[in-house]
Amino acid sequence: MDKLKRVTLFAGHYGSGKTNVAVNYALMLKKKGLDVAIADLDIVNPYFRTKDSQKELEENGITLISSLYAGSNVDLPALPAEIYSLVDIHDRYAIFDIGGDDRGATALGRYADAIKEENDYELLLVLNRFRPLSKTPELAMEIMHEIETTANMRFTGIVNDSNLGEETTAEDVLESVEFAQKVSEMAGIPIRFTTVTRKVYDEVKDKIENLMVIHLQDKIV
Amino acid sequence: MSEKVLMKGNEAIAEAAIKAGCRYYFGYPITPQTEVAAYMSKRMPKIGGTFLQAESEIAAINMVIGVSSTGKRVMTSSSSPGVSLKSEGISYLAGCDLPALVVNVQRGGPGLGGIQPSQSDYFQATKGGSHGDYHNIVLAPSSVSEMAMLTAKGFNLADKYRMVCMILADGTMGQMMEPVAIDDIVIEEVAKPWALTGTECKRPRNIVNSLYLKPEQLEQKNFERFEKYKTVEENEVMYESYMMDDAEICIVSFGITARVSKNAIVAARAKGIKVGMIRPITLWPFPKKPILEAADKVKAFITVEMNMGQMIQDVELAERCKKPVYLCNRTGGMIPSPEEVLASIEKVNGGEN
Repeated sequence: MDKLKRVTLFAGHYGSGKTNVAVNYALMLKKKGLDVAIADLDIVNPYFRTKDSQKELEENGITLISSLYAGSNVDLPALPAEIYSLVDIHDRYAIFDIGGDDRGATALGRYADAIKEENDYELLLVLNRFRPLSKTPELAMEIMHEIETTANMRFTGIVNDSNLGEETTAEDVLESVEFAQKVSEMAGIPIRFTTVTRKVYDEVKDKIENLMVIHLQDKIV
Repeated sequence: MSEKVLMKGNEAIAEAAIKAGCRYYFGYPITPQTEVAAYMSKRMPKIGGTFLQAESEIAAINMVIGVSSTGKRVMTSSSSPGVSLKSEGISYLAGCDLPALVVNVQRGGPGLGGIQPSQSDYFQATKGGSHGDYHNIVLAPSSVSEMAMLTAKGFNLADKYRMVCMILADGTMGQMMEPVAIDDIVIEEVAKPWALTGTECKRPRNIVNSLYLKPEQLEQKNFERFEKYKTVEENEVMYESYMMDDAEICIVSFGITARVSKNAIVAARAKGIKVGMIRPITLWPFPKKPILEAADKVKAFITVEMNMGQMIQDVELAERCKKPVYLCNRTGGMIPSPEEVLASIEKVNGGEN
């Protein structure tokens, strides 16, 4: 990858794994010794979100900015003012976890001008070919265009996060690369990395470029 | 065999409904079931179906009445407060003997309550829930693939008995993601000579109505309807029996809490406590018989529920108070942990409850 951009934004179809990828990405940057903050911009899904990883993020010295109401019993699409501190002050690396689909990307539109003006960002499309509404390159492109229109920003790269949760096999990951390449060609943007769990890493490490090892958020049951 | 995809419970309901031949969805967004509507809004236009976001839950259920009258498969979905709004329409569906699938992805209550998961609409779902003498068939899935399977089954049952079939899930079931292959869906076609399809002047007109001017007629209609309910109770009970062969304690739990209970049962068995579970899949008709039979073998029952103790009443009725029934519960959007269920099992096992 080229020089690391100061701002990395993860957007895509809901349920594609954006939050999980964003949290893992933040942890990876932190391990490199960088000062990192992560902001939860999800105004759509009040259930699974960045806040669920609060303890792990805090233990690793990563600042989490999320809605006061995240994880509560209130369904209020409010965002904290602190998010502007990541957009306007350029002293640390910032990761944005954007809500799913075009509906979730509405919140990003509010910060798009400032982020584009600074021009030191990556907007990454998180893809999971095992999600039924983004299982073909054409469907994935449809969602991509809807998000770009709403967010008023263009994607700069792809994260191939194709997975079937804990049941994901090496074959599933290998097979998904072709799908991600097709989307990459159609959209004219590169695949930045493919995610893989530790369990299947050894089986695919010599076959796929730019792998990022991730772990899954804990399940309740 | 179709390939596996990663789906939320809510999406699995929507896709299974489409595969079961449903082409009409009317709804109104409410957390935590919004993905049913979101999925339908994407898929229905592509397959020539109708997705309509109504102006309210009340409007949506009345649209369901309209489509069902024409004999087409139709559904709506909501979460607890929204289902209360639909209740009037559900009673009208029952009074008109119309089939429909209604999904309730429950959240905490009463009132506006909260958006986190709950099972506190058990009474509402299984005891009628609206005015008049009637029942809904109530199905309680406990995994994403069951969300799909029971949705398809629900359409078949609704058509077969001309009843409302309700999927009673909860916020966690709706939101959780699991790999599923939605196949093996069988559409059981039922003739609907009562449907309003246009007479073309070739047959007497059909009337779909719940108003009876003569009390004798209404009474007769209610008698007939309850004969039908008796048939449903005799033929359609579904439950899962888990480690019951040598069980001395029987857990009764449905949906997400049944999953939690399984973990607790495995942990309790590791400690030498003989515990098993009867998991009702149909909440109405309730699996009374296996529970009564278990009452002769076990020393106690524990119901694990996310409410203040609702299904516990049906368990006590089913086992005719032969053995004590204890309650292990959380409410308000909280899910009992396997450790809490285990603690409850140990307490009952020690006889100190």
